[in-house]
Amino acid sequence: MISDTELQEMYGWMVTARYYEERLQEEYLEGKQPAFDISAGPIPGELHLAAGQEAAAAGVCSHLRDADTVTAPHRPHHVAIAKGVDLKRMTAEIFGRRTGLCKGKGGHMHLFDSTVNFAGSGIIAEGCPPAVGAALAAEKRGEDNVAVAYLGEGAISQGGFLESLNLASVQNLPVLFVIEDNDWAISMPKERVTDVGNGSQRADGFDMPGKRVDYDDACAVYEAAGEAIGRARDGNGPTLLEVQVHRRMGHFMGDAEGYRPEADSERAKQRDSIERMESTLQKAGIDDDTIDDIRDRSHQRVEDAIEWAKDQPEPDPDEAYNDVFTNPPAGWTPNTKPGQTESAGGDD
Amino acid sequence: MAEADESETTGERETTMSRAMVSAIASEMRDSDDVFVMGEDVADYGGIFDSTDGLLEEFGREKIMDVPISETGFIGAAVGAAQAGMRPIAELMFADFFGVGMDQIYNQMAKNTYMSGSTVNVPMVLMTAVGGTYNDAAQHSQTLYGTFAHLPGMKVVVPSTAADAKGLMHTAIRDDDPVVYMFHKRLMGIGWMPAPDGPKTSVPEDDYTIDFGEADVKREGDDVTVVTLGLHVHRALEAADALAEEVDVEVIDLRTLVPLDTETVLESVRKTGRLVVVDEDYHSFGLSGEIVARATEGALANLSAVRRVTMPDAPIPYARPLEQEVNPGREDIIEAVQSTTE
Ligand SMILES: Cc1ncc(C[n+]2csc(CCOP(=O)(O)OP(=O)(O)O)c2C)c(N)n1
Ligand SMILES: [Mg+2]
Repeated sequence: MISDTELQEMYGWMVTARYYEERLQEEYLEGKQPAFDISAGPIPGELHLAAGQEAAAAGVCSHLRDADTVTAPHRPHHVAIAKGVDLKRMTAEIFGRRTGLCKGKGGHMHLFDSTVNFAGSGIIAEGCPPAVGAALAAEKRGEDNVAVAYLGEGAISQGGFLESLNLASVQNLPVLFVIEDNDWAISMPKERVTDVGNGSQRADGFDMPGKRVDYDDACAVYEAAGEAIGRARDGNGPTLLEVQVHRRMGHFMGDAEGYRPEADSERAKQRDSIERMESTLQKAGIDDDTIDDIRDRSHQRVEDAIEWAKDQPEPDPDEAYNDVFTNPPAGWTPNTKPGQTESAGGDD
Repeated sequence: MAEADESETTGERETTMSRAMVSAIASEMRDSDDVFVMGEDVADYGGIFDSTDGLLEEFGREKIMDVPISETGFIGAAVGAAQAGMRPIAELMFADFFGVGMDQIYNQMAKNTYMSGSTVNVPMVLMTAVGGTYNDAAQHSQTLYGTFAHLPGMKVVVPSTAADAKGLMHTAIRDDDPVVYMFHKRLMGIGWMPAPDGPKTSVPEDDYTIDFGEADVKREGDDVTVVTLGLHVHRALEAADALAEEVDVEVIDLRTLVPLDTETVLESVRKTGRLVVVDEDYHSFGLSGEIVARATEGALANLSAVRRVTMPDAPIPYARPLEQEVNPGREDIIEAVQSTTE
C-alpha cells in the first residue's frame, strides 16, 4: 500500500519535474531568437528534457534513500529531482554558474550530487557499469544500499548495458536497471532497432527477474520497483524494470521532429501521467486544496531555483584548469597558455 | 570565392560543407552498389549534423541504414562488410563515442590488413563529427585527432572547406584502406549552428578527388608558419589578417593527418624560421607535438621559435566562459605568433 504521504511526495516530484522542463524550455529558447543558435542564450549546448517521463522517476525513487546510488543518462532532470538532488545548485549548473553542482564544468548531461549519490553520463548506457560498481561497494561493505541505473529503450542494444546485466546477475548484486521506454531514440522508433518490444525480456537471458509497466502510472511503477528494491536490499540480486513513458517534446530542444508522425506526438501528450496521478490522489481521498497547494509550492520551488541560479556568478575562466585531478602530481601542469611550454632554439 | 554569375559558367556552386560531403557520397553510391551508409539517425534525420541529409529519399532504407545504438556492433559490421568487398560508410555520431566501439576501430578495422599480410583489406570510411565551441561539455566536444592518427593502419582526413570535403570524401570512399573522416560540426553549415565565414566555398559540380598527403597553403607569408586543421584553419586565417601590418603569416591546412605532408611544413619553416601549431586537440602526446617533432627533425637549424596553441590537458568544460578559455581563439593565435617574433 502506498501511504498518503508517499502519494503526495511522488506527485510533488512529478509536478516539479514537469514544470521544471517547461520553464527550462522557455529559458533555453530565449536568446535563441529569431534564428535558433545552439550556442546562444542563457542555457547553451544540448538540452534533453524529460516531460512525460516523470512516473518512472517518482515510482522508483520513492523507495530510495540518500545512500542509494542513481546513475542517469542524458535526460536526467526528473530523476535528479526525485532523488533529492539540490534543485538550486542543479539549476545553477544548467545555467553554467560557478555555484552549480559541478562548478559549471558538467552541464545538464553530467550532473553529479555526491550528497545523494547521483551521477550522470551522456554516453549511451555507460551509466550502467558504474551503478553495478556502487552495488558491489555496498555489498562488500555489508551495507544494504542499492543502486539504480536509468537508461532509455534505445540504450538496451548497447554492450555496456548487457554486460552490466550479466555482471550484476552473476555476482547477485543489489541493482535495479530502469528502462524508460519513450518509443524513440532520437529519430529511430523502437521497432527499427530491436525485435523485442518488451525490453524487460532482456532479463530472461541473464536469469534475472524482468518486469514491464505498460503505462506511465507512478503507482504501478512504485509497486514494481518496491518489490525489486526490497529484493535487492535483502541480498536477492538485481532486477530489470521497463516503464512505458512518453516523450512530449523533441529529442533535444530545437529538434523539429520531422520524422515523427503527428498522431504519435498527439498520443504522447494525451497520456498524461500527471493527470493520472491527480485522479489517484483524489481517489485516495486527498482533497483538491491539498493537490493545488502541492502544485503551487512545486511551481514556486522551480521559480525560486531558476531565479537563484540566474543570479549566481559565472565561473572565472581560470577555473577551467582546476579539478583535473583530486591530487595533482608535483610538476604537472595542464599546459594552459600558448608558448608556455617550449621555445625550441636553433640559431636564435 | 566565385561570384554567382561566374559559377553558372564554370559548373561550380557555392555550397556548405555538409552538402559537399553528401554530394560526394551520393555520387559514389550512384556509381557503385557496394557503397552504403550505416549509422544512428542517418536515415530520416539525415545525420544529426546533416552529413547524410537527403540520402534516404534517393537511396532508400536498404542503403541508408539506421542502426541500433550499438557502436561495437555496427562499426564492426562495417569492417566485416568491407572485408567481404563492400565499401561501407559507418557514421560514429560524435568522435567522443569512439570508446564504445574502439576495439572494432583499432584492433580490427585498422589492423586486419597488416595482420593478414595484405590478404584482407578494409575499404571503409568511418565518418565522425568532432569539435566544440557550443558548450556541449566533456563528452561531446573533443576532436581526438591525435588519438586516431596515433594508431597505425587508418588514414585520417580532416576537411576545413566544402571544396576539400567533397574531394576528400570521394578519395576516402574509393580508397582500399580504412579512412577516418573527421568533420568539424561548426564548419558544416547546419542551420542551428552557424558556421564562420570560410567553410562555405565554391565547389565544382563534377566529381573530383583530392590526394591524401597534400597540405594546402591557405595563405603565403614569409615571417611565421602557422600549421593547423579543421575549424582553426579559419581562426588562423583571421589572426593572420589581423596581423598583416606587422607580421607576414603563412597558414597551412594539413587536410590529412595520415598521411601527413611533412614536406610542405618543412619548406615553410625553412623559409620563416618560426612555427606555431594550432590544434583543437589536447596539448600533450598528440598532433601538435608530432608537428613540432617533424619540424625539428627536418629543419632544426632553421627554427628560431616554436609555439603550440592547443586545448589544455584538461577535459572540456561546459560553461561558456570556461570553454572559451580553453578552446584556442583568434586572440590566442595572434599572441602566440607575436611571441615568436619578440
Ligand atoms: C554511445 C553513444 N552513442 C550515441 C549517442 C547519441 N545519442 C544521444 S541520445 C541518443 C538516443 C537515446 O535514445 P534512448 O536511449 O531511447 O533515450 P531517450 O533519448 O529516448 O531518452 C543517442 C543515439 C550517445 N550519446 N552515446
Ligand atoms: Mg527513448
